[in-house]
Amino acid sequence: MAELIALSPLGNADPLAIGRCTLSEVDPGPMTSIAPFRGKDGDVSKALRKSHKIDWPGPNETTLSGKTRCIWFGREMALLTGASLDDDFAKHAALTDQSDAWVCVALEGSDAEAVLARLVPVDLRIAHFKVDQTARTMLGHMNASITRTAEYAFLIMVFRSMASTLVHDLQIAMESVAARG
Amino acid sequence: MRVEGKGLIDRDRPLSFQFDGHSYRGFEGDTLASALLANDQRLVARSFKYHRPRGILTAGSEEPNALVTIGSGANQDPNVRATVQEIYEGLEAHSQNAWPSLSWDILSVNDLAAPFLSAGFYYKTFMWPRAFWEKLYEPFIRRAAGLGALSGQANPARYEKAFAFCDLLVIGAGPTGLMAALTAAKAGADVILADEDAVLGGQLNSDLREIGGKPAQIWAAETAAELARMNNVRLMPRTTITGVYDDGVYGGLERVSHHLTKPSNALPKETFWRIASRQAILASGALERPIAFRNNDRPGIMTAGAIRTYLNRFGVSPGKSVTLFANNDEAHLTAVDLIAAGVHVAAVVDVRPSAEALGAYRLIPNAQIVDTSGRSGLEAITIRTASGEQRIFTDCLGMSGGWNPTLHLTCHMNGRPVWNDEVVAFLPSDGAVPGLHTGGACAGVFSTAACLKHGVEVAGSALEALDLKAKDTVSPQAEDDPYRIMSYWAVPGKGRAWLDFQNDVTVKDVRQAAAENFRSVEHMKRYTTQGMATDQGKSSNVAALALLADATGRAIPDTGTTTFRPPFSPVALAALGAGAEDKGFAPERKTTSHAASLSKGAPMIEAGLWYRPSYFPASGETNWRQSCDREVGLVRKTVGICDVSTLGKIDIQGPDAARLLDLVYANTFSSLKPGKVRYGLILREDGHVMDDGTTARLGAEHFVMTTTTAAAGQVMRHLEFVSQAIHPEWDVRIMSVTEQWAQFAVAGPKSPELLNGLVDNPINNETWPFMCCGPVMVHGVSGRLFRISFSGEHAYELAVPARFGDSLFRVLVARAEALGGGAYGMEALNVLRIEKGFITHSEIDGRVTAFDVGMDRMISDRKDCIGKRMAAREGLKDPDRPRLVGLKPVGIVKQLTAGAHIFCAGKEATRENSEGYITSVCFSPSLGHFIGLGFVKRGPERLGEQMQMVDHVRSIRAEVALCDPVFLDPEGGRARG
Repeated sequence: MAELIALSPLGNADPLAIGRCTLSEVDPGPMTSIAPFRGKDGDVSKALRKSHKIDWPGPNETTLSGKTRCIWFGREMALLTGASLDDDFAKHAALTDQSDAWVCVALEGSDAEAVLARLVPVDLRIAHFKVDQTARTMLGHMNASITRTAEYAFLIMVFRSMASTLVHDLQIAMESVAARG
Repeated sequence: MRVEGKGLIDRDRPLSFQFDGHSYRGFEGDTLASALLANDQRLVARSFKYHRPRGILTAGSEEPNALVTIGSGANQDPNVRATVQEIYEGLEAHSQNAWPSLSWDILSVNDLAAPFLSAGFYYKTFMWPRAFWEKLYEPFIRRAAGLGALSGQANPARYEKAFAFCDLLVIGAGPTGLMAALTAAKAGADVILADEDAVLGGQLNSDLREIGGKPAQIWAAETAAELARMNNVRLMPRTTITGVYDDGVYGGLERVSHHLTKPSNALPKETFWRIASRQAILASGALERPIAFRNNDRPGIMTAGAIRTYLNRFGVSPGKSVTLFANNDEAHLTAVDLIAAGVHVAAVVDVRPSAEALGAYRLIPNAQIVDTSGRSGLEAITIRTASGEQRIFTDCLGMSGGWNPTLHLTCHMNGRPVWNDEVVAFLPSDGAVPGLHTGGACAGVFSTAACLKHGVEVAGSALEALDLKAKDTVSPQAEDDPYRIMSYWAVPGKGRAWLDFQNDVTVKDVRQAAAENFRSVEHMKRYTTQGMATDQGKSSNVAALALLADATGRAIPDTGTTTFRPPFSPVALAALGAGAEDKGFAPERKTTSHAASLSKGAPMIEAGLWYRPSYFPASGETNWRQSCDREVGLVRKTVGICDVSTLGKIDIQGPDAARLLDLVYANTFSSLKPGKVRYGLILREDGHVMDDGTTARLGAEHFVMTTTTAAAGQVMRHLEFVSQAIHPEWDVRIMSVTEQWAQFAVAGPKSPELLNGLVDNPINNETWPFMCCGPVMVHGVSGRLFRISFSGEHAYELAVPARFGDSLFRVLVARAEALGGGAYGMEALNVLRIEKGFITHSEIDGRVTAFDVGMDRMISDRKDCIGKRMAAREGLKDPDRPRLVGLKPVGIVKQLTAGAHIFCAGKEATRENSEGYITSVCFSPSLGHFIGLGFVKRGPERLGEQMQMVDHVRSIRAEVALCDPVFLDPEGGRARG
């Protein structure tokens, strides 16, 4: 029997290294949006804690347990990445598979913050946007989820269909920052 | 001429540059203005209206005269102020508004016609004949008057936009700004210090006196260096804060590479910053104002402070024999510095009877300058004293009518400045901009010592607002001379005395405006154009309104000021629009089959942000119609494959999911059984159709809604609004899955054959009847299969997670081709749906109701829905409304066009006679002729009627007959069977 071949949003393109920054596609594994049903917030928290040893994130927060990350994803919603949820969980929350819906890239390096300052209208200074904080915001014209994973590293997600524009916009910003020396 | 041993220029780094084709030498650290003056090039521009010879008036960004074009060809920048352009090796500058040359300009004839060209001249002269304005007068005036020109080519330079955040933004890095930034930084605030100059220090760079025992220039450099070493300080030289906006947001224009010889292509020319600050300090200093007197605009006449700046900062004396004309002590410092530098000072003319000399120069108190001479540059002045008139030969004159605080930014949120008699100037009003503190000369504090102290004080106020504590900071010792000034604006007398150098406005113009009863300062401004040039009248506004006050017998505060608006100084549109050109205009959304479609040679069309294949040309096909007709045939006879992933897909879950759908859809969805799909119509609140599509019930509390490609965002927003604002108590959760699933239409009589063997489940009419759905396995991948049809054929839509989209599309197309079918694009998709009378947003364009499209019976009687009440309004149920019909040609002309209007046969094709219009047309390969959909008054009641179609835009007329909008298989047997 023939097989369907899986292709990542950027098609396993080589990382882009410009100046003091690198941009690379990342595969966070399975991604599921979790939207707790009415009055089920507590149950969701408990169940997550039990099944994945991870806390439900507050607004603009992410929580981490090993390679599993739970990213606040908007009003009454979080995105669990790097782990799946069993069907039983669906009694507490609306679960929607988002594993293929986003292009995920890592922007790393000491100029990463300066690069994002060209595209993202929110305050990403380390004192105000600490490691493991997240924001739903804009990147250029695109709706994005941006998480600081380390002092000089960000996880950026936009719609899968916009993958080439994401790289285009980031590349120009990286070149421009690098050109300043 | 260059003065040895002075200035902040680097004499070890000589640079060559060109002005109007002539080569000149300058040094690193020079501006174009200082380098031209060092080369004794006094004539640099022609004035806007009269083409009078003009020189450099100032040493800052307020410069009204010395506008030049930098570079040539696609890279050229017009209207660059020579006073802010730093020179670099190979810089190429051109004068503007002069032909054939700067020194011999034909349009200087305008100057001779000046008596006819005074204020209001255009309004009075070009009134008639009426048609002449657009055809003759305006083109002529536009050619004659003007500034620099764009190249007409696309600008290849890169521009950039960026965001910055801070606790405290300090605007201006003179003594006040430096001291404020230092104080705030030491207290731990995150500080941005922005200054429009390349070198921080502001006025200190023009001053030879000492601060804390050091020359002011050294103190400024050391303080800037200290700030640069602090982690919580960001210095932004070459950055002009151009505007103030809500919530502490400031616009700033950084000139990134204007000063570089060959910058990297990646380096932007300019960056437009949006700086969000919690508090801000405006320490922008003050601008010196000229005095108006006859012929005060000759090259060689400038502000006294500018002469001092050229001397002390750039090591340049703008003349060999300098005269000064002042109403204040400050201007005398220029004479003192010139003498110390060995430059001859012919005289200091002071209007004040009590003026005292500050050094060994000839002081003429209680005197005025009444005229000047020298065609292309100053040669002599005439002064008037109590004992009569005398002539003094001088090649440079420095004027000083006092100083205007640079308070422009405080007016950007409607703040009105307040007149102060003591300093004879307007001062910023308190609280003009929330969170903005004004300090130093900008707040009317003029001595260096007072500015330094004020910097510490305003930083303290800002820190208090930031809940930070200022450390004890003592401002260093510096000069603390009083500011002695006498109010004086214009020397009385005949002739033209210039106020607004950039728009050629004179004292006489202002008086004439007053005489013609344009007494309001706003009227005077518009009548004379004073202050309406690119410098916004920085050097002329206060003098002009003082003269207006005098002419109308009012006090200055009663006369008021005009409003300063952003930008403080000109901003290139390229900077404001940075990043939005070319591919930056909008995101490109590509389907998973994009690469495969391109490899088949499919041209792409844009559908919103999406790129979709228009058609798939087969070998030998040279025209899109050939491909389209063939693809329609594939679907009608065998099987076709089309990527439909761009349609919006919304996951709706929860106990109240069905209730939500019942409310937003006109028809009922709560009765839909799991595993079934239903077509639905969404109305807006106003009763018009918002969107249509199918919704599948995957489980008891789980639906997936499909929207059109165009309205995906709108419908998502609508669902969010309803669930958050109308029924927040409902337990329902919404999430977009458009991007998660790659979905393909498999359409045509051979579609079951194609799917069998691809999906694990057996596919036939019994297992998957029309309008059913369910999970399937596709080569081991979990997918979803929907038995729905947008072509009218037996068809399915197969969805798999997007990572498999590319692979599945290739598999589907290969299987289709094996069955005699293939891929089809948007053109064929459109033809297929028009043949079936299926609507798209061509039909439901926002003005159309369910009644208009013949779907009013879908609005359920048994339940409420959004838009139901409004759709029942009388006017929306009027049978006379244009309603959906089909159209086909019945005359000699066989072509139909979308956008054409429909008229009764024999009636004139005028707007009043329009009976309706056509929304969609295509050539139907199935029927062998054009068909169309459109809206005609009482259309469904007039089927069979022959009418005329007139396309006024394309000049096409055709006889048409109205028919049922469903052209093919009206019973729907093909889709079901």
